[in-house]
Amino acid sequence: MTPPPILSPAAPTTAPDLVAGFPFPFPNPTYRYTTNVEPARGVVTTPAGQWGAAVVDVDSAYAEELAERAAILERDPSRHAVLPHMDVACWDAMLCLMRELALARPDAFALEPLEGPRAAYRWRNDLLGIDHAFVLGDASTLPEPPLRWITAQVQEDVVLLDERDGVLYGDAGVVTFAADWSFGFDVGMSFLEIHGPVPRIHSEGVITRAHEFIKRLQPNETYRRTNWTLTVHRRLDVSTETYPDWGPDRPMVLGVDDETFGRLVHLRTEVQHLVRLPESGAVMFLIRSYLLPFDELARVEEWRERAAAVIAELPEDMADYKGIATYRDRAAAWLRAQAPTP
Amino acid sequence: MNARIELVVATVDDAVPGIRSLALAHPDGDRLPSFTPGSHLVLDVPAGEGRPRRAANAYSLTGESSDPRHYTISVLRCAPAAEGGSACGGSAWVHGLTVGDRVTATPPRSAFAPIHLATRHLLVGAGIGITPLLSHLRSHVRWGRDAELVYLFRDGHGAHVDELKELGGDRVTFLADRAGLAEDLAVRLADQPLGTHLYTCGPAGFMDAVVDLATELGWPSSRVHLEPFGVAALDPGDPFTVGVAGQVLEVPSGTSLLEALEDAGHVVPNLCRQGVCGECRVDVAPGSSPVLHRDLFLDEETRGAGDCLMACVSRAVPAADGRAHLEVTL
Repeated sequence: MTPPPILSPAAPTTAPDLVAGFPFPFPNPTYRYTTNVEPARGVVTTPAGQWGAAVVDVDSAYAEELAERAAILERDPSRHAVLPHMDVACWDAMLCLMRELALARPDAFALEPLEGPRAAYRWRNDLLGIDHAFVLGDASTLPEPPLRWITAQVQEDVVLLDERDGVLYGDAGVVTFAADWSFGFDVGMSFLEIHGPVPRIHSEGVITRAHEFIKRLQPNETYRRTNWTLTVHRRLDVSTETYPDWGPDRPMVLGVDDETFGRLVHLRTEVQHLVRLPESGAVMFLIRSYLLPFDELARVEEWRERAAAVIAELPEDMADYKGIATYRDRAAAWLRAQAPTP
Repeated sequence: MNARIELVVATVDDAVPGIRSLALAHPDGDRLPSFTPGSHLVLDVPAGEGRPRRAANAYSLTGESSDPRHYTISVLRCAPAAEGGSACGGSAWVHGLTVGDRVTATPPRSAFAPIHLATRHLLVGAGIGITPLLSHLRSHVRWGRDAELVYLFRDGHGAHVDELKELGGDRVTFLADRAGLAEDLAVRLADQPLGTHLYTCGPAGFMDAVVDLATELGWPSSRVHLEPFGVAALDPGDPFTVGVAGQVLEVPSGTSLLEALEDAGHVVPNLCRQGVCGECRVDVAPGSSPVLHRDLFLDEETRGAGDCLMACVSRAVPAADGRAHLEVTL
């Protein structure tokens, strides 16, 4: 398989909005798995800026990340899967994402319900030059299948969960930026099966509590949580499918000099939103991946200090599951070494 | 979860005797949030005019679900206590509303959604229980799903008959008596393609009959769905005592644990007050008497653990020593 392009390999700095809007994932001095869900849209201020106001976030990497997603889907169609009974959920997800885009950036996006006997809408995406009218449920009025079309207009990965007999199943989605998992492998599995490999969360009841919580979501209710890992290079696609391309980076990074280490190793935050979709009753799970290189992170003193502490303290089984066991000690030491001299 | 929205009565339709259909609009005329077919609103019914307590009544949404202009409900008037009936007075209050009145309600809540994996949807409703099934049928027509609907009502008292005809055409069967229904269902339930799901809503006795027949004909319970909105009035129950925060309260017959706690000044989150929504769950401490669970929310496993109950409907039953007492924490 051709290696995916590493985004902006030579870029000397990260765009200012990507630092200011970075969702720093460590509210506490240590990290453990918890059912860390909270209502969506709450603004979190950080030493560098803020994040969290929008469910669907559009930043300066919009065009670049959408191009990356399109290239990945072209190479590997299995990143887009929809089981047949999920057609309603796909339309529903499309409408919801359009509404959220319009809420986040009313200057650039608009969804307008049209009058008439059938539910019809006009959708405008000024960033991509789209102005299109469609009828809900009528595939012939869309240029592409609904989930495919809308995921070409958001930076988020999308998984749609169907609920039946009290169990949630991951039955549809477009996931191009998976962090060390495979959507194509997981599609059709239950929520509990999908999370089978994660250590600790089963014995501690975290995952069953999350499952119960999600099932209680009422139409349009929206919650969020964060997750995190470390990624070598600014590489969004670290899926199981492309492991041969990025797996060797983990030992490789132990051998580079300090300057290169700070440039290559990224703190990766996932902001995950859960939305109970109204028309289908499906649950939409959004995963937005943010990458911040260590050398940028270290410029924000609170972030540097907190990240160093969390990474150093992380229990070995959790570090191993996150795939950072080989280099987390160096990562913590690198961050500590950047401490300002008194 | 208990947020309320404000709505204004836009139209009132009393064409069917005893049943009022209301269209409720956003106060600013905006579109309303989309909802899942089969969802209901919980309307706040104020105390007063013969109603001793405020109430919260659930009504199924019957209209367009995607960015609707209106939330439409149809309400059968049930005689309240003042008229010799047993209803809390909520439906009589709805029948007294006029265009322009403001009401508060929960956003739509979904507890009776169509199952997307079903190969076919068989909808069986009686009387005012047609309302959530109308919403289902509307959805199945939009999404091209295989569906059929059977509707039992007294001649001249059928809500939404024309609308169902227009929407469903020959997929809709109207029946006027229980004997005709039994005959129809005996054939219909015996011959459905694999993967069909059955949905039923109506008076409790009617739903029991539908479920019994389905069970007898081999339908697995996972393919049979009930909308328990016409919950039958529960018997008043025996008195018991409850210990809470160092106090001991009496819960007389006819008063619920939730009401007793509220009357003593405790705040208990609650919504439907009839054992459906799951909001008023309270923890029960060891040393309590056995619990008579009368809700439709807790599963068998949770009940078996014996550490909680739904305060709106469930009660203590006497232990071996004859004492009926619960220790609860809020």
